[in-house]
Amino acid sequence: MREFVLWFDQYRESDKPRVGGKCASLGELIAAELPVPPGFAVTVEAYDTLRDDTELRSNVRKALAEVDLDDPDSLELTSRYVRDLIEASPMNPEVERAVKASYRELCAACGVEDVPVAVRSSATAEDLPDASFAGQQDTFLWVRGEDAVARAVQRCWSSLFTARAISYRHETGHDHEIISMAVAVQKMVHPKAAGVAFTLNPTDGDRSQIAIDSSWGFGEAVVSGEVTPDNFLVDKVLFEITRRTISPKAIEYVLNGSDSVEKAPVPDDRRLAPSLTDHEIVAVAKMAKRAERHYGRPQDIEWALDRDLPEGDNVVLLQSRPETVWSRKAPRPVARPGQGLLDGIVSTLLSPVHTRDRLATTEGSDM
Amino acid sequence: MAERRFPSPFEVEGPAGSEGWEELYTYSLPFSEDRRSYEESVFWFQDGIHWPDPLTPWDATWYEYAIASLSQYNTRHYLIPPALGIDYRVLYGYAYLTPVPVTDPAEIEARVPQFMERAGFYFMNWNDLYDRWVAKIKDLIAEMEAITFEPLPEKEEMEVITEGRGMGSGLRIQEDYRRLLNLALKLWQYHFEFLNLGYAAYLDFFGFCKEAFPNIPDLAIAKMVAGVEVDLFRPDEELKKLAEKAVELGVEDAFDAPSAGDVFARLEGTPWMDAWNEAKYPWFNFSTGGGFYHQDKIWIDHPEIPLGYIKNYIAKIKAGEDIHRPLEELRAERDRVVAEYEALLATDEDREAFRQKLGLARTVFPYVENHNFYVEHWSHSVVFRKMRELGNVFVKEGFLESTDDVFYIKRDEINEALWDMYSAWAVGTSPRGTEYWPREIARRKRILDACKQWNAPPALGEPPEVVTEPFTIMLWGITSDSINMWLGAGDGDGGGDLNGFAASPGVAEGPARVILSPDQIGDLQPGEILVAPITAPSWAPVFGKISAAVTDIGGMMSHAAIVCREYGLPAVTGTAFATTTIENGTRIRVDGSTGTVTILD
Repeated sequence: MREFVLWFDQYRESDKPRVGGKCASLGELIAAELPVPPGFAVTVEAYDTLRDDTELRSNVRKALAEVDLDDPDSLELTSRYVRDLIEASPMNPEVERAVKASYRELCAACGVEDVPVAVRSSATAEDLPDASFAGQQDTFLWVRGEDAVARAVQRCWSSLFTARAISYRHETGHDHEIISMAVAVQKMVHPKAAGVAFTLNPTDGDRSQIAIDSSWGFGEAVVSGEVTPDNFLVDKVLFEITRRTISPKAIEYVLNGSDSVEKAPVPDDRRLAPSLTDHEIVAVAKMAKRAERHYGRPQDIEWALDRDLPEGDNVVLLQSRPETVWSRKAPRPVARPGQGLLDGIVSTLLSPVHTRDRLATTEGSDM
Repeated sequence: MAERRFPSPFEVEGPAGSEGWEELYTYSLPFSEDRRSYEESVFWFQDGIHWPDPLTPWDATWYEYAIASLSQYNTRHYLIPPALGIDYRVLYGYAYLTPVPVTDPAEIEARVPQFMERAGFYFMNWNDLYDRWVAKIKDLIAEMEAITFEPLPEKEEMEVITEGRGMGSGLRIQEDYRRLLNLALKLWQYHFEFLNLGYAAYLDFFGFCKEAFPNIPDLAIAKMVAGVEVDLFRPDEELKKLAEKAVELGVEDAFDAPSAGDVFARLEGTPWMDAWNEAKYPWFNFSTGGGFYHQDKIWIDHPEIPLGYIKNYIAKIKAGEDIHRPLEELRAERDRVVAEYEALLATDEDREAFRQKLGLARTVFPYVENHNFYVEHWSHSVVFRKMRELGNVFVKEGFLESTDDVFYIKRDEINEALWDMYSAWAVGTSPRGTEYWPREIARRKRILDACKQWNAPPALGEPPEVVTEPFTIMLWGITSDSINMWLGAGDGDGGGDLNGFAASPGVAEGPARVILSPDQIGDLQPGEILVAPITAPSWAPVFGKISAAVTDIGGMMSHAAIVCREYGLPAVTGTAFATTTIENGTRIRVDGSTGTVTILD
């Protein structure tokens, strides 16, 4: 029997081809006790039911055969046409039942009626040009109610036929008919504050530190660079806050009455207020450290502080990726080859470390 | 930018009524016209860590012995390449220091191989030499304990005649005092036999960690090196054991007695008294201050202090609290911290160097941690007791009105006073001292009272561009940053924030209790924030009561900072102005992770 839905917390490594990269990473995080919001994967087997619809299949095939790949307008028109076909065709009833039942179960588990969810594509890597490409177009936030969720799943499926995806597959010789995708349905976080964190200090590569960027509301404000976020540095071993820089935060993304996220000015009393308490800073840092330990290398994570969750239990991990800048550099050894203990002491006495930065600054100021 | 400097020691205005303060000290100790151009050309910082209050004439002995001994090891024993000694002065009773660098690069280079040979020998043989040190210091203490000062006899004993000794008690008392002084100087020679090298090894590990992890908190480094069982914690451990013993024996009610004498009377003949007698020597030779001032109370001589702490511990045990330090947890935490930082290093070579440097730092650290009990607490307690015996002799002869007046006589003047006493005894007439000393001591007390009213500036003279002298950084926490902070603090009201060293992490808010002398620590109420010029290790038992600590003086490695971390209390040290800025009862917020103190009211 085909399984159309898989809960993130039941994910096993062997499920990866069925649930795609995005869902697999969420499943791995939950397995590693990293607090991602709860949810489920709509598996590739659900997508594959599209192929059971012979009429849809032939219409899509026909449209794709006629496209002029060198003509952007033709490509765009074809893409829109195919996507409309997919979105308009009725969902397989078994898939629909499974998706809706799982959504209702999620609502019950969260104790929220029509709990808002994020619906995102979860691509199997070889079908799309690159991982980042997949995430940009086909994310539906604040989806409420079982019908809307089913519809958002279909819209994710159709995103396999963006103009760029079509031309990419053509160039690389992938067959449009055997591609597939999974979809992630995940409880939407309603962030009080959100941001990113690196499990090293991005300014100097110091691996003993966790750097956190944080601002009010949704993480979009930080990710897009529209605000200068608060910045915290936390020691990875002692969880001491070693530096804090509070910035004026002019805008935030908030949820308006109609479940859409909009940009709003931050009220004066919160602009200069720290967007995280010390306790929250440490909670984010601890989570980032667990992510690094889990993946075995420095990570770049997105996190949020869910205002619906209880204090102390409200930090959630949205995404974890390998850190790429410092991790690609050659390690900078500190030990001097051939230097004995006493030589080390002599050089320390001749240039105590407290003075090194200062000397560097003094010299620098002459420029 | 305007030129920023500290006041010259020659232009700074002293307190009214302090005229003549220079006469209270060895002639070489005050700033003087004779060395003015040198003294004005360098940077002086006030050593409030060890000497926060004006020095009485005799107590200045410790200051001179300590700093000269420290200097001697840098300059003459180990030839620390970039550093000679620390020069020292007194201004209106307050201690000011300046590190003396080796400025000629050729000379620094020439000192390197000699340093390596000499320091290398100590590092190679550290444990053996340290064992010998402990034996030496115990012999020294026994020798000091054997000295007794008694009034001169009406007539010499018959044995002096029959044994043909050919000398009398007057010579003996003068010899004994000189011997006590020599032993005190020897004590300080011993003190610095290891300390500078110990700090050098620690600094090297510290530097390595800072280079590998530029943002690592200082206290993480301290945590990796610090011992779990340290003699400095031992007096407090003994109090806890005595509290448990009292509960075990069911004699806890005895501690409700109104005075120490009554407590002991009630416990007479119980096994608890045996336990007390066993613990008190040497462990209660523990000063309520840093051990440098005669007026700091010593537990063994003021049993009401340890008894009060024991009573508090009994109450905690009764309330079901576990008063033990969790040694296993502390060890496990230390191992975890070391293992995690080690794992974060970039290469195997780094891990090897890290282990080596940590190994050496841990080899030297027991000395760094333990010497303080042996020298400043135990040995100083003995010397102060002997000086009080001598004071009693002077009181009996009418030279002094009270025992502690002996500390208002300069150490070398005591030889003269003994001579005067001896001479009158020998001749059979009256000494001049009975008139001279009470008058002179009254004058000196007036001068020192005036000096106490003075707000001694944290620094004097020309600020250095960069502080490079390693011991100044390590021992006194003086860095380019703290100098800039002091310079900045003079600019205005500073907006209600004080900055210092992030000595122990955490945040606490509460009413401030400003404690200017150890006698006031009884005033502390539960939940208050201790604000003091410095805190002493022997205040440990009150750390169970307070919510945070703020000090004017001290760096990361001050003994007080170590105790705060041990007790898991937020602490900001080295704020320079906390006791003069914060008033009793003011609500403050102490952030021990960033080193900030905010005045909330």
